[in-house]
Amino acid sequence: MLRFVALRLARALATVIAVMTFAFVVLRLSGDPAQVMLGPDVPQEAVEAFRRSWGLDAPLWQQYLAYLGAIFRGDFGVSMRDHSPALALVLERVPATLQLTIPALILKLGLGIPAGVYAALHRDSLIDRGVILLAVAGFTIPSFVLGLVLVLIFAVTLGVLPSGGSGTWVHGILPTLTISIGGIGVLARFSRSAMIEVMGQPYIRTAAAKGVKWRNVVRGHALPNAAVPIVTLVGFMVGSLIAGAVVVETIFSWPGIGRLLIVSVSNRDLAVVQCILLLIAAAMVVSNLVVDLLYGALDPRLRAQPAT
Amino acid sequence: MDRLVEIRDLRVAFDGVPVLHGIDLDVAPGEALGLVGESGCGKSVTWLAALGLLPAKARVTGSVRLGAGELVGAPRETLETVRGKRIAMIFQDPSSALNPVIRVGKQICEALRLHRDLRGAAAKAEAIRLMEMVGIPDAPRRFDLYTHEFSGGQCQRLMIAMALAGRPDLLIADEPTTALDATIQAQILELLARLRRETGMATVFISHDLGAVAQVCERVCVMYAGRIVEAGPVERLFAHPRHPYTRGLFDAIPQMSGPRRRLVPIPGTVPDPRALPPGCAFAPRCTRAHDACSRTRPDLLAQPDGRTLACAYPVPEARHDSFSTERAMT
Repeated sequence: MLRFVALRLARALATVIAVMTFAFVVLRLSGDPAQVMLGPDVPQEAVEAFRRSWGLDAPLWQQYLAYLGAIFRGDFGVSMRDHSPALALVLERVPATLQLTIPALILKLGLGIPAGVYAALHRDSLIDRGVILLAVAGFTIPSFVLGLVLVLIFAVTLGVLPSGGSGTWVHGILPTLTISIGGIGVLARFSRSAMIEVMGQPYIRTAAAKGVKWRNVVRGHALPNAAVPIVTLVGFMVGSLIAGAVVVETIFSWPGIGRLLIVSVSNRDLAVVQCILLLIAAAMVVSNLVVDLLYGALDPRLRAQPAT
Repeated sequence: MDRLVEIRDLRVAFDGVPVLHGIDLDVAPGEALGLVGESGCGKSVTWLAALGLLPAKARVTGSVRLGAGELVGAPRETLETVRGKRIAMIFQDPSSALNPVIRVGKQICEALRLHRDLRGAAAKAEAIRLMEMVGIPDAPRRFDLYTHEFSGGQCQRLMIAMALAGRPDLLIADEPTTALDATIQAQILELLARLRRETGMATVFISHDLGAVAQVCERVCVMYAGRIVEAGPVERLFAHPRHPYTRGLFDAIPQMSGPRRRLVPIPGTVPDPRALPPGCAFAPRCTRAHDACSRTRPDLLAQPDGRTLACAYPVPEARHDSFSTERAMT
């Protein structure tokens, strides 16, 4: 078990470092922050001075080592825009993003899983077909289309909800809905197929033949088995709580991480972009780690030989 | 004859395709009955239908009476009180027939709680007693293990323990030894025979293995394409099979004693239930078939020697040859 956890941690760390390296290189190859920050008409000396002061004149590998070293000392760099620490700038935006993504996650779980399980238990019924139709529609409509359609309906036509901005919980309704609908669809479909698979297993017939009441067959015998694949997907959703709203935050001008990322990328604000990507990678890796540990708790067969 | 279960004209159709064409079958209390036939002949479907365990798309008609109660068309709540309590069922491939994420002890205790209202320590003690009864060594320690920590044969023992938990009047053993290797098969058969002696419960043994049936059963029904074609006491049927299909099943068994002899397979394959021949379903594969066989289907009729038989041109009764129960036992 200890070996399993250690191995997982090492892999998690390797993933995070890979993401950091990738972000570092791509950001520097895709544009010059000095040009973007200072504008096109500044004299060459000013550009040189800017590069020197931010260490951008050093060879790439020296910059990279310096960056890595700083990260391990807990120094995430300083924003080129307002010279405040990048980490503080990013963390300041986290609550706003979570205000959208956590309610959205609750909606996804609360509606998606029950809808999928119900559809599986009433396979080929009218309700089942309805659930599949809505689920496919839900996850195939891109969020920028869905967001605009919702704005059109509820803000422009009906005038009952604000089309953008933040401040009150009412402002959060449309963005939360926009984020959650795709996830509800994905989870409904996924839970449905997981549940159909499990309900066809011989041990379900055994439980029924034993005289277990139908709802206890579903609850006690089927759901614990269907939980393993569902947890995988939910883990992914939890991991993307921080990252999950770039497009939607932009549509609804919500002051979260997603908007900060868009602004920082277009300004080539290196430290801030790197800090956001690091945070997203870390969140993803941690939730994957938790899912791996949960597998063991849910399925004793995986406990014996932990997946590597 | 005193009857525990009385099946009359039981028919099952899947999506409009009939797979069971009117089965009449009685099980007496304490009796051991064998159901024999190739895969898909309706042996298991008969009992899954009786207990209401077929998928919703299956249409079941006819009658299955258990005591005074009718099971066909009975509400789910009624069937739930019969399943495991009056009629228990065990299945083939025991490793996948037990729930992989629930401790085996808990699975047995669930049956004890449902049917005998035993809980907590009392349930655990009884579950361990049942595990020991079916031959699980070191039962108290293994109570908390999961199915993947047991071998296939032990899983079948656990299935049997679970089936015994409700003290059923009838145990349906659906190919209980098919997925197991030969030595384990013999042990499980012995266990089933011993448990029947000790508990007095009736057993229906579903198998395509004639030898296994001979070892466990007193009476046997041979099924073909959704019908019973021959039934009777095991010794009589095995000594002188009269239906050409029954005879064919014996000819296909390798002989352990005596000179080596080429096996005689039954030519052809089981007919597609969607396109059954109009007459006797076995006629296209039968070496004794006459023209009439492919037009009119013979009824299952009682014979003077106590068996029932559905064949217009059966193997002659007087024929005495090398068939013996001893051979079937091999």
